[in-house]
Amino acid sequence: MSAGRNADSPQHRALLRNLLPGLMRGLLPGVARDLTRKIDNFLQAHWRGLTISVPFLWLLVFFLVPFFIVLKISLAESLIASPPFSPLTEWAEDGALRVRLLFDNFAYLWEDKLYVETYLNSLKISGISTAFCLLIGYPIAYGIVRAASPAKHILLLLIILPFWTSFLLRVYAWMGILADQGTINNILIWAGLIERPVRLLYSEFAVYVGIVYSYLPFMILPLYASMEKLDMTLNEAASDLGAHPAVTFLTVTLPLTVPGIIAGSLLVFIPATGEFVIPDLLGGGNVLMIGKVLYGEFNANRDWPVAAAVAIALLVVLVAPMMLYQHFQSGESSRGAGKGA
Amino acid sequence: MPPAAGPAGGTGAQYADRPWLDPDAAPFIRIQGVSKRFGAFTAVGSVDLDIYRGELFSLLGGSGCGKTTLLRMLAGFEIPSGGSITIDGADMTDVPAYRRPVNMMFQSYALFPHMNVESNVAYGLKRDGVAKAEIAKRVGDILEMVELRQFGKRKPHQLSGGQRQRVALARALVKQPKVLLLDEPLGALDKRLREQTQFELMKIQDQLGITFIVVTHDQEEAMTLSTRIAVMDAGNIIQVGEPSEVYERPKTRKIANFIGTINTFEGNIAAGGKGGWHLACPRVREPLRAPKDADIKDGQKALLAIRPEKITMSKSKPGDDKLQSLRGEVLELAYMGNLSIYRVRVDGGQVVQVTAPNLQRIDRNKIDWEDRVYLSWRPENSLILRD
Repeated sequence: MSAGRNADSPQHRALLRNLLPGLMRGLLPGVARDLTRKIDNFLQAHWRGLTISVPFLWLLVFFLVPFFIVLKISLAESLIASPPFSPLTEWAEDGALRVRLLFDNFAYLWEDKLYVETYLNSLKISGISTAFCLLIGYPIAYGIVRAASPAKHILLLLIILPFWTSFLLRVYAWMGILADQGTINNILIWAGLIERPVRLLYSEFAVYVGIVYSYLPFMILPLYASMEKLDMTLNEAASDLGAHPAVTFLTVTLPLTVPGIIAGSLLVFIPATGEFVIPDLLGGGNVLMIGKVLYGEFNANRDWPVAAAVAIALLVVLVAPMMLYQHFQSGESSRGAGKGA
Repeated sequence: MPPAAGPAGGTGAQYADRPWLDPDAAPFIRIQGVSKRFGAFTAVGSVDLDIYRGELFSLLGGSGCGKTTLLRMLAGFEIPSGGSITIDGADMTDVPAYRRPVNMMFQSYALFPHMNVESNVAYGLKRDGVAKAEIAKRVGDILEMVELRQFGKRKPHQLSGGQRQRVALARALVKQPKVLLLDEPLGALDKRLREQTQFELMKIQDQLGITFIVVTHDQEEAMTLSTRIAVMDAGNIIQVGEPSEVYERPKTRKIANFIGTINTFEGNIAAGGKGGWHLACPRVREPLRAPKDADIKDGQKALLAIRPEKITMSKSKPGDDKLQSLRGEVLELAYMGNLSIYRVRVDGGQVVQVTAPNLQRIDRNKIDWEDRVYLSWRPENSLILRD
């Protein structure tokens, strides 16, 4: 209580000596104690709901509400006005409230081959990038797990280190490396391997390099987490039962790290599909990805409804893998719970 | 108790059950000068050990004595820093684990969590390319043997500790290895299950005739299970012998103390009557008679040891003057049900531990706290130990 803080002043002390017991005797037993008991009981009964409500509210306000706004815009008509789209509801002359939902934007996305192709191209690029991230990330994660303790922590730190500089800056750095007069071409020319610069920047290749480079940590970290849990005596057991190290990997290590592979792949695949900065800076005008199209519709064309429709369609394309992810996650956690029994 | 001190001559047939007594018998596993160092640390010094076919051999020792490292070298998980390992005539020193005719039952069982019981047991057979029908039959048979047939489709986490232990055993046995290595096989089980499993292990070993090598820190477990025990300390084997031999004729005080309890008297040897030797112990008033077979010299410092159960305690003086007898006072007693443990301070100051079976339900002559008693034993039941 505050008694300790004011103990230096004798007046205070005297006051407190008289006041506090009075308060205790008079108020606390009656009202305050009753109130604290009520609060206690309420918390006892509802702590679960209260705890969960925090993230729920957060997601509701900052994710679900904006999503419905975007959905609403995607069902509107483009207007030269502010805001540049038609309202969802309008009062008819007879005084009735009318809701206008236009599916034209979605029909347009389907009819114009550009959008379908761009979606497919985005999925292809992020799919191939995910595969490369897995191929590169798996051995790295395995190596880190197997490393001795001090080296292990340094290696993990190095994986996370790029996050400490701006993502944009790092992509710009790749422009410098891949440009016609950039690091790679200069080295190749200096070594006499080529006579004139090879086109690296503003190509699909550059986009692959950019995505794999940027998203590799998102693959390595979940892989590391799932490998860390692996019991190394299982490898010894497999070896003891006659399995060559390669067979041990395929029959023991790989199946047991599937949750990490799925988590890492989705963490790379989902954001890479909607990626905007990398295809814009490294792909230039030569690589079509849906993020760039969305940006173009919104900014250059100022067609908010079509841009919103592009975003909603992208969401639908990505909901399938997300649900897959959810499915595997819950499957794993129930398996983990069973282990304790 | 046969002293098993050495061969009494005769033909090989008389050694059928105890081939280690036969100087002509060829060992099944030969460990010669095997050592293992991890950096500056020597885990295993230099071990020479012969193990015979069909043995249930125990490596016994406290933690960090090198027993597990030795077992891991037999399995092929560690490469020896020196020496050689031969199994059934073939040099195994540099053969990788997956090509050795040896299987191991891990202390943690190391069952594959993503496979059910059947797949776990079938794993080794699949690696050997055994035909599918044959695998199914052998897996079924071995699961029958460990009484887990109906649990074939369960995952390891759906089994109890005892069931997991039996799956691990089945998985290691199904390939019919030449040698089965068991790392603390009963360590994770509770006491009752451990006793039951001990006998099951012995039965299975007897049925299959596979050579078992067991690593354990539990001396009781080693005593009940084994044909022979190797006691290890600080990376070296300090005694090898049958359980009774290690118990009754421990070579050093350390072994004697590690396996069971023993009373030790320190003192100097002096000549006694009738050509025998005596030990003058400053903490015991009377001189102690040394056993006749002891290899001792006059004036030498020595350690005389006697197991607590070999001492008889009585209120009246024992009549037989061939017995070593001491007087003392009961300091403490602990009732254990089947037996009682007494701590007696003998005249001179040394405290001696005595165990006595509780033969009577109601004992009128019961010895109690602070009673004056006589302790007596036959001198040939005592030992002269190396320190």
